[in-house]
This record gives sequence, structure tokens and C-alpha cells, in this order.
Amino acid sequence: MSYKAKFKVWRGEGGEGRLEDFTVEVNEGEVVLDIIHRLQATQAPDLAVRWNCKAGKCGSCSMEINGKPRLGCMTRMSTFEEDETITVTPMRTFPVIKDLVTDVSFNYEKARQIPSFTPPADVRPGEYRMQQVDVERSQEFRKCIECFMCNNVCHVIRDHEENKPAFAGPRFLMRIAELDMHPYDVADRQEAAQEEHGLGYCNITKCCTEVCPEHIKITDNALIPMKERVVDRKYDPLVWLGNKIFRRPKS
Amino acid sequence: MTQTTPDASARRQRAQVKVRTLRADRWWLAPLLTFLGLSSFLVYGVWAILDGSYYVPSAEYIAPFASPCLATSCPEGARFLGLAPFGDWYTLPPGLLILGLPGGFRLTCYYYRKSYYRSFWLSPAACAVQEPHGKYTGETRFPLIIQNVHRYFFYLALVIGAILAYDAVLALVHTPLGLGSWILLLNAVLIFGYTLGCHSCRHITAGRLNHFSRHPLRYRAWTFVSKLNAKHQPLAWASMYSVMGADLYVRLVAKGIIAFPYA
Repeated sequence: MSYKAKFKVWRGEGGEGRLEDFTVEVNEGEVVLDIIHRLQATQAPDLAVRWNCKAGKCGSCSMEINGKPRLGCMTRMSTFEEDETITVTPMRTFPVIKDLVTDVSFNYEKARQIPSFTPPADVRPGEYRMQQVDVERSQEFRKCIECFMCNNVCHVIRDHEENKPAFAGPRFLMRIAELDMHPYDVADRQEAAQEEHGLGYCNITKCCTEVCPEHIKITDNALIPMKERVVDRKYDPLVWLGNKIFRRPKS
Repeated sequence: MTQTTPDASARRQRAQVKVRTLRADRWWLAPLLTFLGLSSFLVYGVWAILDGSYYVPSAEYIAPFASPCLATSCPEGARFLGLAPFGDWYTLPPGLLILGLPGGFRLTCYYYRKSYYRSFWLSPAACAVQEPHGKYTGETRFPLIIQNVHRYFFYLALVIGAILAYDAVLALVHTPLGLGSWILLLNAVLIFGYTLGCHSCRHITAGRLNHFSRHPLRYRAWTFVSKLNAKHQPLAWASMYSVMGADLYVRLVAKGIIAFPYA
């Protein structure tokens, strides 16, 4: 069964642009990205959209569909009413290059600011021995496809662009948590999470978790545990005293 | 050859969408319901603290909002372990003495923070809905940095939970067929479910460790707490309404409004 759907798509270069109206054919089983491609093929050959795998695994086609951050390739047209007008805009937090394509280099800059995995000096590659239970918490975070929808939806930078220098966003705070929980990582990440990467800005409203296409429990399993580790380190006098008295090693 | 786009100032701008959100669903419904739910709890709490009918001597029921009763104004049977550490000088409602403990636990709870930041402070009201504030510093500075005290309220909430369980057992021993006894027991179970599923509890059991395999008992505790933690939101609401319901029930029995057999 096919029908004609009404679309409003953001067109423009840089920040300047407007929503353009289109009426376009939709066939059974299609997703929003298919419709964007049909627009390119039939009505707007210069419409820019970033895409790659069409399988929800590359994280390229992040966009906002009816105001919600979604992957274009994973948003089925059958989830909309046939008479509904579907609005497609680029991710709001990042600068627009053209149409639906945004410049996500903010994320790569933040990634570079996080020190990489730091094993103990006396353990050589090939000597790591880890139990599955010790690494499975971190493995959840490795499912991230870097679609950057969590950073896009986070109001800390979405609504307050001035916070961008101080806040790494959920994706990279999760990366810090991943490394901090790693049994063989010895870098001091807790102080930096709070002071350099802005963990304190997070008010745990869980939008990052809501939009994650990989269903990673970013807030509950990464950000809040990291906040609790920071409390251990900076704000809990009893933990501080216990560490002093018992000279606890990192466990 | 690599082709580059000129780095004009317009290129560095985000899309200038002039509306607060393009969401077409009823995004306002969840924060509205949360606002009404939390407000009803606050209004009830104020009334309950000022209400004097919190003890049913014939059935040994004590309203959760007034337990532990520590003032000399408490009826003798209502006093926790018969103690009244606060002397005659204390004349305010006894519930005020302990209100801050469960109140502080819920106020600093990670779930409740999400709910009131969204529904009361609109920061943000819903995902991808622009917040109305011009500036945002989150929990980086005073007063919100105090939220980091949550784990201390968790310790105190455990004590309060144990006291509510003790009250329920006492009521069950005295009035095993009383509906109120079972309501108090259900409330204690839900309170424990909520308290033990707290994110701080999860951290304290083993979340702070990097080698679960070296601490198998703590890992098992963490696994159990993690299961409760996954239900923290529903348990927060269930326990909030159970404590309100149990409290109201005891007060209505104490006032004689509920007077059927086995009440």
C-alpha cells in the first residue's frame, strides 16, 4: 500500500534556512531515510543528508523527526499517521553545514581531550587477565555507535551553547565511566570528570538514555555511578577518612 | 583532492529554528502529571504533619508520617521503644522531628531529581523541548551541589525503613486480622524496595569496585540492588503513594471515620 505523505524538511546552509514543504510517495515497510532519498531522487536533488549503513549501526543519519532526535534509517513510516505532516530537521545542538548535515566536530574535539586507556606500567600487552564480570559493565558502553544523539539532546549544551567548552556531554562522560570502571585502567579520571569534563552539569534528566538507539542505560549505568565515584573522591568525608586510615588500594 | 567548505560564520551556526520545540506529541503530559503527583504528596504531607490523630491505641497502629514518635506529647504507646528523648520544651508536632530524614532522601534521590527538575524547574520539561532559563550551571555549585549528600540520607532512610517495618510487625502481632496491619506491612516492603534500589546503595554495595570477581558477595548484593534499581522509578511512586495511603488510613481509623470490623 502506498500513499502520499506530507513532509517539512529543513533546507539551508549554515544556520540560515527554512522548512520546505514536500508531498512524497511512501510505500509499505519504508523508513524516513528512504523518503529523504526519494526526495533527493525526485524533487530535491541537492538535498544534503549524511547516511551510510541503513541498519542503525553506523550512527550517520542522526536527525530530528517531529522534533525528536532519531536515526532516519530506524524510524519506520508506519509509526506515523498517513495524514500527519512529518517535520525533519538537522540536529539542533551542532552547526549546520547544509540541510540535514551537521558539523559534529565538537564531539571529536571532546573525544581527544580524554586520556586513552592507561594500563599499569608493569603489565605488558598480552598479559591482561580479566574476568567477564569485571568487564561487562564497560562492555555495555562499547555498544555506542557515536550517533551523537545523546549529546544533541542534552539540554546542558542544546539550550546553553555557552556550556560547550566546559561540558563533554553524555557520550564522553560515559567514555570516562567506561575507562574508570576498567579493571586495568590506572589513570585518575574522577577529578577530571568533575573539573574538566563537567559531570556536575548533568542533572540526570535522562534524555540521553531516552534517545539512545542502542538502548544503553547511559544515566543509570554510567553517569550516576560516575557521580557517585566523584562523591567518594571529593565530597564524602567518611570515604576520605577511611581511605586515609586503611590505606585502601584501588579495587 | 579534498574539497572544503569555506568556514564562514554562518557555517558555524546551528539551525535557526524559531520555535521552542518541533515535537508533535503530548510531551507536556508527563511533566504535568509528575507535577500534580508530587504536589499532592507535598500538600498531604503538610496536612499530615499538623494533624494530631496519628495513633490507634486499640490496634497499635501508628501513622508512618509520625513514626518514630519521639516527643513527650506522643501517647505512651506510640513512643518508639517507649522513649521520648525530646523533653517538655518541644511542643511542635512530633512528625516535624523526623520529617527531614525521608524527605531529604527523596529530595536528593536521583530519580526524584529528574522528576522535579523536569516538572517544577522545566530544566528541561521534556527531551528536545527548550528550557526557559537563560543560564544553567546544573549541580556544579551551591545550592545544587548539596545533592551529593544523598548517600548520607540513604543511611538515615534505612533506619526509618527499619522503624516502619518494626511498626508493621508490632501492629501485626497485636492485630493480626486488622487491615491496617497489612497496609503498614505492604508500605514497609515498598519503602524497603525503594530504599535498597537507590543508586547510592548500588554504589556502596559494589558499584565503587572495579574487580567484582575479587568480591563475590558484594557482587551478588550489587546484582540484587541493580535489579531493584532498574525499578527505582515505579518503586519511588509506589512507595510514595503507599506511605501516603497507609498514613491516611491510620488517621481515618484514629478519627473513627473508618470503623468497620477488622479495620
